Formats: sequence, structure tokens, C-alpha cells
Amino acid sequence: MRYLPLTEPDRRAMLSRIGVLDIESLFKDVPDAARLRGPVDLPSFKGEIEVERLFAAMAAKNLGTARAPSFLGAGAYRHHVPAAVDALIQRGEFLTSYTPYQPEIAQGTLQYLFEFQTQVALITGMDVANASMYDGASAAAEAVMMATRITRHGRAVLSGGLHPHYREVIATHARFLGFTLDLAAPDPNGAEDLIPRINQGTSCVVVQYPGFFGHLRDYAALAEAAHKVGALLVVVVTEPVALGAVTAPGDMGADIVVGEGQPIGNALSFGGPYVGLFATREKYVRQMPGRLAGQTVDKDGRRGFVLTLSAREQHIRREKATSNICTNSGLCALAFTIHLSLLGEAGFARLARLNHLAALRLSERLAGVPGVEILNDNFFNEFTLRLPVPAAGVVENLAGRGILGGVPASRLYPAEANLADLLIVAATELNTDEDGERLVSGLREVLR
Amino acid sequence: MNRERITISGDRALAIEEPLIFEQGRPGCSGVDLPEPSGQARLGRFERNGPIGLPDLSEPQIVRHYTRLSQQNYGIDTGFFPLGSCTMKHNPRLNEKLARLPGIADLHPLQPVSTVQGALEIIDTLAHWLKVLTGMPAVAMSPAAGAHGELCGVMAIRAALEAAGDPRKRILVADSAHGTNPATAAACGYTVEAVPTTKEGHVDLDEFKRRLGPDVAGTMITNPNTCGLFERDMIAIAEAVHGIGGYFYCDGANFNAIVGRVRPGDLGIDAMHINLHKTFSTPHGGGGPGSGPVVLSAALAPFAPLPYVVHRGKAFELVEQRDDGQAFGRLKAFHGQMGMFVRALAYMMSHGSDGLAQVSGDAVLNANYLLACLADVLTPAFPGPCMHEALFNDSSLKDTGVTTLDIAKALIDEGYHPMTVYFPLVVHGAMLIEPTETESKDSLDRFIASMRGLVERAKAGDAAYFQDAPRHAPRRRLDETTAARHPILRWRPESAKGEAAE
Repeated sequence: MRYLPLTEPDRRAMLSRIGVLDIESLFKDVPDAARLRGPVDLPSFKGEIEVERLFAAMAAKNLGTARAPSFLGAGAYRHHVPAAVDALIQRGEFLTSYTPYQPEIAQGTLQYLFEFQTQVALITGMDVANASMYDGASAAAEAVMMATRITRHGRAVLSGGLHPHYREVIATHARFLGFTLDLAAPDPNGAEDLIPRINQGTSCVVVQYPGFFGHLRDYAALAEAAHKVGALLVVVVTEPVALGAVTAPGDMGADIVVGEGQPIGNALSFGGPYVGLFATREKYVRQMPGRLAGQTVDKDGRRGFVLTLSAREQHIRREKATSNICTNSGLCALAFTIHLSLLGEAGFARLARLNHLAALRLSERLAGVPGVEILNDNFFNEFTLRLPVPAAGVVENLAGRGILGGVPASRLYPAEANLADLLIVAATELNTDEDGERLVSGLREVLR
Repeated sequence: MNRERITISGDRALAIEEPLIFEQGRPGCSGVDLPEPSGQARLGRFERNGPIGLPDLSEPQIVRHYTRLSQQNYGIDTGFFPLGSCTMKHNPRLNEKLARLPGIADLHPLQPVSTVQGALEIIDTLAHWLKVLTGMPAVAMSPAAGAHGELCGVMAIRAALEAAGDPRKRILVADSAHGTNPATAAACGYTVEAVPTTKEGHVDLDEFKRRLGPDVAGTMITNPNTCGLFERDMIAIAEAVHGIGGYFYCDGANFNAIVGRVRPGDLGIDAMHINLHKTFSTPHGGGGPGSGPVVLSAALAPFAPLPYVVHRGKAFELVEQRDDGQAFGRLKAFHGQMGMFVRALAYMMSHGSDGLAQVSGDAVLNANYLLACLADVLTPAFPGPCMHEALFNDSSLKDTGVTTLDIAKALIDEGYHPMTVYFPLVVHGAMLIEPTETESKDSLDRFIASMRGLVERAKAGDAAYFQDAPRHAPRRRLDETTAARHPILRWRPESAKGEAAE
């Protein structure tokens, strides 16, 4: 077996050094009843050629976004990832290292985490960020839990413009930790007013920017209303490329900004692994969940980096920790950092602009399709259409024509009949005008 | 630093200093060539004004920067990485290649299900392997890491108890457990009660039974445990906790020791997470991403979180919404760590059922060989044989002035990543050494010789040598106290440093 270096003579020599007859004798603590007598009922070993063949066959059954015009967004976005990103993250020293418990030989990881934290703080307009979470939704849930700890208030207000899966993840944690949620109705028009929902028991208000249905909204007044009762404003960003073009959430008064980092540097990969972003104000740093890299000096006075403020964490505080998180998304954070470094100030702004303009052009085209109405007054790279028929069937029909035409709102909100006709459409720098033409002509045919 | 080692540049051959990305670059550089945008933006008052503060560098500068950073890291590819309880085994590159295949890496999680049948087949096939290997009837695939899997398992337990009208109050956790166990129980609204470890390194069954009561929701026990031993009383623990109507959560972090030889389902457990990044070799990536599917007993299966894959005739379907009202909720935005599923399944298929039994056999053999070859210089915490990791206490270092941490730092100078130190907490000055099955005998012999040499040096009274270590790493010991007392968690431009310091 190609991954196992011990030879039979090695094994015999080692068993003899240990003083037992066979490997089986080393398992003497296993109760007889639980000891397998032979191999489990699964196929036996395979060489690289066979394994590659099996996976190629399974991959061929899928319609990848690289093969079809794709307008899918709703929390995961296909962007161009420069070749250098994937080459660098596959360096064995990054790929095969672990959580930097021994900082003297993990400065590479610690320094890129410090750079990642700085980048996330900069683009969100916040003071500090952590070394990443599992994904945007789990980061959002951790943000609500953190707000609950800080304010000691037990009720979180969730916007109707927040991604429904994020709402579900927050609701899952709320159920088990016993805090309550005030769930605003789905808000496809971007018109909700959350201020009247804020009261003395509010821990935080959670909004999304740009919203699930694509709207950009100014949260400054909402922040002010929340702060008046000691509540926090949590802003969720599922498309961080937007932050290259729009005002940072920190500049609107956000206290915690969380987000999904996948769109920068990471593949769609059918939903994971992704990378959760988590940023906040300096004063709340000791209530943050997750790992933090910090700057210090070594014995010779040279600058170096360590994991710090670990007194918040489970391996020190056990049941009193701020979160149970241990492993996060280190390598995805590295991909994010390298991609954002390649972009730089100018490239990030340009990428964001290209996205926005691609979506504008697409919206203009789609507005000309009979029966199609665009719900958004404004948007970044994603907007919502109202179709004259249920969107799920239309999307299925378009898929049959080799077009991935967007996400029907009903996929995430199946119980809301009034959302059945809504289709959420995204465009990125990868969408050509020809792609847009294919969607428009496809829609014309399907809706005829 | 010695004068003769000082160079003009500050670098020393491959020992290279590298400034932060923010301290490099200049406006006008770029690492990308994107097309010139044409058209008028319509962002109105949302248009960002003012720069973000990101540095501008060209691609060669970026590639060099991150390459130089990588050279300051130690990985499994670099050398022996016996970090106990982390299972740092070889990461096959085939798995990297497959995770990047078109038709896998470019799939959007919300594509029509008809366009992702192959992806659902991968998830379903991996689920099948996990169920067969653990002897359990169901598996929740979405948890993103081991601790996330723990949350999933304990939430399922609580949901099942709530459905029966009695959520209960306490969870019993072994005092040798990973910190994630008590943190998880607390995150599910339970109070935590520790169960002591016997002097043989096992859960104290009598003490365990004494703590049971009608308010106990269940227990979390690691098996093989963090002392590197198989819990002999697993079946008795299962019977006892089931006897009071509670559930048995098994922490599967150490599944690598028994994969293909023991099915946890045969021990009476109700839930167990499997760290795909440990047993099934998906790369640890400097601290993630991981993946932590949770196998569930028939009693807990109905409460599994959304989403999950089901068969509908010859096709696969993805259940994303609760229609039966029992699923306890959702843990993650999408379906799970697909990239990790591909890698883990490729690893499993490469080994097969025969190869996986050899994996656990060789992992346990390697650990016992280390234990046998070091037992005369270091003190084993418990009598052997051990499972996949060898645990020593620091009593043989008594009166030498050398601590477990000093040994770890001296190992760095010897070219190794140190073992896990000071964990489990129940062993004084613990040194937890997990070699894994992907180390050769030569590699183990070399490590044994280094370790023996270090212990002999410590016993010879050369404490100063150890306190000064490491000398040859990219950094010497770092000041963690100052880092925590005056945290600097991000770079700031020179001009902003005055204000930031307050």
C-alpha cells in the first residue's frame, strides 16, 4: 500500500522489540464482543489510476459552473481565482502544518493569519478580526452569541434580508442556548424598518449587506437606535467583493461584522470548505470567539507572532469558553489573503466595479424580457426578479438548456407562497455579455 | 546572537526574514490584470469614498512573500510531526488533485439537484463508508470540524430528550477530555460534571455510575481516550447511561487507532464525530478547514440536522427543509465540506477495507514501538500496550530543572515538530506522542535516538541548554505574556500607531 512505509520485516522486528507476537495482541483492551474477525464489507484497496477513474466518472455527472453560463449567488459566488493562489496554498509547509501551537516553527502560518486579520479589519472598517470561523453562517451565529454575552440581553432581531440559511443556523443555536429571536418577514423589496422592533431586551440586530435579495441599505440610523438601548448592530456580508465598492459596515456603526470569505480566493466546491470572517470593535475583543494571532517579540527581540488571548478558548477555559470552536479554516483564510494581496487596493476596487457593472448590464437586458420585473432600486452584483410563473420550474427548465439561471427564492423559503415567483440572479467578472444573452434568450423561450 | 552569525542583510541563507505584506508594495503595482471597467456605476450614496489601505504588489512579489513565509513553517511534508491527538499523517496529493476536478470544485451549492447527481453520489458513498466502518445506521455530514460535530451530536441528544419531554440538565465528561467536550455541552445548555480518571488511565466506572441520575442527559467519552488507551468499560458505560435514559456521545478524535478493526457501534454508542482531517487524512492546513461528520444511532437519527442526501429511486435528493419537524436545525450555510469529502473518500478507496485495518494496526504498532524504546528513559504515564499514541509524564525529569516544555523546544532544534505537551491535563507534564502509520521505522528510530539523547543530557544537568532552546528555529521563544497583556492583533500604518495605543 503506497501510503504505508512499514515492511513485513520492519513489523516483525518492532513486535519483537515490544515483546508481543502480533499486532492483534496490542488490542487486548478491546472487548471480545467488539473485535472484528475480518475486514469490513467494503471494497479492497485501489491504485491511483482506478481512484482517479472513479472520481472522474462521478464528476462527469455534474454540470459545473465552468461549463455553463452561471448566475448563481445567494451566499456563494464564482469569481476568478488567480493561478498563484492555488499554487501557493498547496506548498506542503502550509498545507500539511497544523494550528500553530509551537510558534517558533509556525511563523509562516501566524504571520499570514496576522495579515488576514488586518485585511478583514480593513475591508469591513472594523478594529480587529479573528483568524477565521467555519463559514459565514456559523460566524453569524457566534456573533449573536457574543452579543448576548456582552449585552446580557436575550432577544436578537433578525432582518428579513438576512440569508435564510443564516437565520436557520442562528435559530439552531438560539434553541439550545435559550435566547429568543424576533424574525422579520422575508423582505424582497428591501423596505423593512427594524427600528420599532428594538427594545430594552434586544441583544443585537442582525442585517445583511448587500441583502439576501440584493439591496444595499444604510444602517446608520439602525445602529444608533440599537446603541440607545445598549444593543449591538451585527452586519453580515456574504459577498465581500462588494466591500471594494461600497461603504464599509464599520462606517455605518456596526459593532460586529461577520461574513463569508469564499468569494475571495476560494472555489465554490459545492458549499465547502469556506471561511467565516469575524470582525469587531477593539473593546469587545476579549468576548470574541476563535483563534487570534498577535504580534510579540522573541528572546532575541525580533518581531514574531503567536496565538494570543487564548484564555477565551476551550482548551484553557473548557465549559466557560467563549465558543467551542477549535479547528477553523486556516488554509481557506490563506487563499483569501493571497487573493486579496494580489488584488491590492487598485485591483480590489476594480474587481468590485467589474462585478457591479456586469450585474447592471445583465439587469438592463433582463428588464426587456416580457413579464420580468426587477425588484431592486439598487444592488451590487446580485438582484431579484419577479417572474410571471414559479421560479423553481423556470430554473429547472433553464438547466435543461445548459444555463444555471439563478437561485429561486423558494429553494430557501419553500413555505412562503408569495416568494415562489422570485429569482435571485448574480453576475460576476466571469459573466460575459454572451452569457447574459443566453440567459435572456433562454428566459424568453421558457416564459413564452 | 553570535557576532559571526550576523549578516549584512539580516537573512542567513535559507533562514530568511520577511516583512508584512503591508510593509511592501507601492501604488501602481498590481498582481492582477483585470479589464478596464466601462460604464457608469449606480451605487449612489453607497459608493465607497476613500482608500481601504490595502498594499499594491506585483505577482512575483506576492509569490515570493508567501513562499518565504511558508519556509518558516513546519509541516508533515517537512518531517516527523508526532502531535498527539491530532493524527498528523501523510496527506496524499491525489486527493488534492481530485478535489479540484472540474465538475466538483466548480459546483455551486444551490444548483438544481438534477445537475449535481455526481456530487450527491460522492456524499452518499462517503456516508456509506462511514456507516460501515463505525457500524452505525446514520450519519450527519454537514459539521465543519470535530468540535462542530460535537455540537451536532449533543444537539441531537438534546432534541431527542426534548421530544420525549425531558431535556435534562447535566452531561458527564471525562476529566481527560479535550476542552471542546465541556465547551460543547455548555453551548447546548448543559452543565458539565467531570468524571475522574483511574490511575490506570481509564474512566472510573464506579465514579461514573455514582454521578448518574435522572437529570443526566448523557455522557461524552473519548475512545480510544486521550491517555492513548482503549476504554475497556465502554459497553458497561453504555449500559449504565442508557439505563437512566441518557445518551452516549463518543468523541471520535482517536478513531485512527481502531478504524477497520473495531466498530464503535458495537460498543453501544449513540453518536460519534469523525475528524476527516485526522483519520481520513484531509490536510490540516495550518488549522483547518476540517470536517466532522457525526454517525448516529437509530434513536438519534430522526433528529439529524439539515440538509441530508436521500435516495429517490435511482436518483439522489437533497432534503433541505424540515418537513417532519424533528430535524434539530441547521449548522452550516450549505451541505458540508465537499472538498474534504472528496479527499477523505479518495483516501478510503485507496486503502480499502484491508488497507484501513492495516492503517490502525501500523499506527498502534508505531506508538507501541516508541513506548517500548523510550520506556527506560521516560516514564510512561500508564502501563502499555497503548493504542495509537504513547503518553509519558515528566517524573523522569524531576530535579533536572528541565521541563516538558523545554524538551519540546529542544526537539525543535533536533528537526522535529514537538509532541503534544501538558495534555491530557490528568497527567503531570504530559508528553503525548502520536507517530501515525505513515512513519517509517527509520524515521521512528531517528526520533527515538534524539529523544534519548535529550533526556540523557537533561539528566546530566545541562538545564541551561534546554532553557535556551530553540536556537535554530526561525524564531526563539516568543513572549506570550506581553502578547496577551498588550494585544497587537493587526498591522496599522505608522501614522495611526499613536492613536491606536490610546
